[in-house]
Amino acid sequence: MVKVRVIPCLDVKDGRVVKGVNFVALRDAGDPVEQARAYDAAGADELMFLDITASHERRGAMLDVIARTADVCFMPLSVGGGIRTVEDARALLLAGADKVSINTAAVEDPDLLSRGADAFGSQCIVAAVDAKQVSPGRWNIFTYGGRNDTGKDAVDYARLAVEKGAGEILLTSMDRDGAKTGYDIALLRAITGDVSVPVIASGGAGSAKDLVDAVKLGGADAVLAASIFHFGEVGLDEAKQAMAQAGLPVRRG
Amino acid sequence: MERIALIDYGSGNLRSAEKALQTVARTLAGEREIVATADPDYIARADRLVLPGVGAFKACMDALTIRYGLVEAMNVAVRERGAPFLGVCVGMQLLASRGLEFGAHEGLGWIPGEVKILKPKDPHAKIPHMGWNALELERPHPLFEGMGDQTDMYFTHSYAMTPADPSATVASVDHGGRFAAAVALDNVAGVQFHPEKSQANGLALIGRFLEWRPQ
Repeated sequence: MVKVRVIPCLDVKDGRVVKGVNFVALRDAGDPVEQARAYDAAGADELMFLDITASHERRGAMLDVIARTADVCFMPLSVGGGIRTVEDARALLLAGADKVSINTAAVEDPDLLSRGADAFGSQCIVAAVDAKQVSPGRWNIFTYGGRNDTGKDAVDYARLAVEKGAGEILLTSMDRDGAKTGYDIALLRAITGDVSVPVIASGGAGSAKDLVDAVKLGGADAVLAASIFHFGEVGLDEAKQAMAQAGLPVRRG
Repeated sequence: MERIALIDYGSGNLRSAEKALQTVARTLAGEREIVATADPDYIARADRLVLPGVGAFKACMDALTIRYGLVEAMNVAVRERGAPFLGVCVGMQLLASRGLEFGAHEGLGWIPGEVKILKPKDPHAKIPHMGWNALELERPHPLFEGMGDQTDMYFTHSYAMTPADPSATVASVDHGGRFAAAVALDNVAGVQFHPEKSQANGLALIGRFLEWRPQ
């Protein structure tokens, strides 16, 4: 049985980590590679880099981060943020990323997912969905880092993304993001029950129990979190122990 | 000095495989040269070969066959000279006689069998099969020597190989049904998972491959 993955997410801007990790003492807390190593040692199942660099010209820094990370961490790496073309994706994959997570560009042109899947296989292509509740049981997808309401239904889009070739859905609840009140279980259920590919829960983790609930109640295949791991509020060990106690299959280092 | 050819045919994440090989090689006795290459001369004379691969079966097979002399050189090294060979992910699937992804396509045929889409009996088992999953050892093999049962490795794939001869399966994995996670025949081996992405467990397997002396 495949294990539930626990995925720390690092926000990287111009090649530097924005919210520093401080669950261990690092020589350079802004160096994504040092943080990746710390998570590698702590037993992370996978790592997500989110590139929040504003200008396109400076995105080259991410290639260097991925390459330096891939040189020292032998675990799966995903990269999201600012990927607009198959060539953008190719450059990241050649640098050492295993998966690319595509948001705005895929919402605007879902065929980008097909072109990516044709070139690299579906297992490389993650459709990132930023969803915000607009009425009970209905969520719209937002693009441009949550600034633009597309008016499109999140469940419909997730289904379309999978049809087009996405091998995984990264599902972020904008309502819960940063709130630490738990993942949006209703949103998770609406999408995990509807698509055939793995779904990563994102947005809202505040405790180890939230991670358990995302899987047990929400049907998630993986759980992603940032600050609770970075600041040591929940250790990866503690998270996995809670999941194991709840009867979920997890990988113990 | 052992020459290890990491076959560079435009498929996949060569850098991770190369770094993993180099990292492990540094921990072992003996000198090794690890070269990512599509040069038929180097490959024909290599002491060991690693074939990575991501994406579709046909795209990978086409990428091998359009490179002049590449498949012939692999045949010389592996089939005629008996150099140890490791295929990873689609690199393992290409060992089969044929793949049934986007139509039927011929593979290398070094381990008779077919590559088919995964059809889990359990509706909760998602496709792609993505993440860490435990190996079940089916028979002893030097690549898995000393490794405990239920060792986790990282998988990411939607198709899997079914060897014609079940005894070619060295390790299996369960994802809504059991299928081959590793196959081997003589000096040829393939793993469906990614040892270069499976942290210590994967690096240990790479180490055993680098020291493997097929009988």
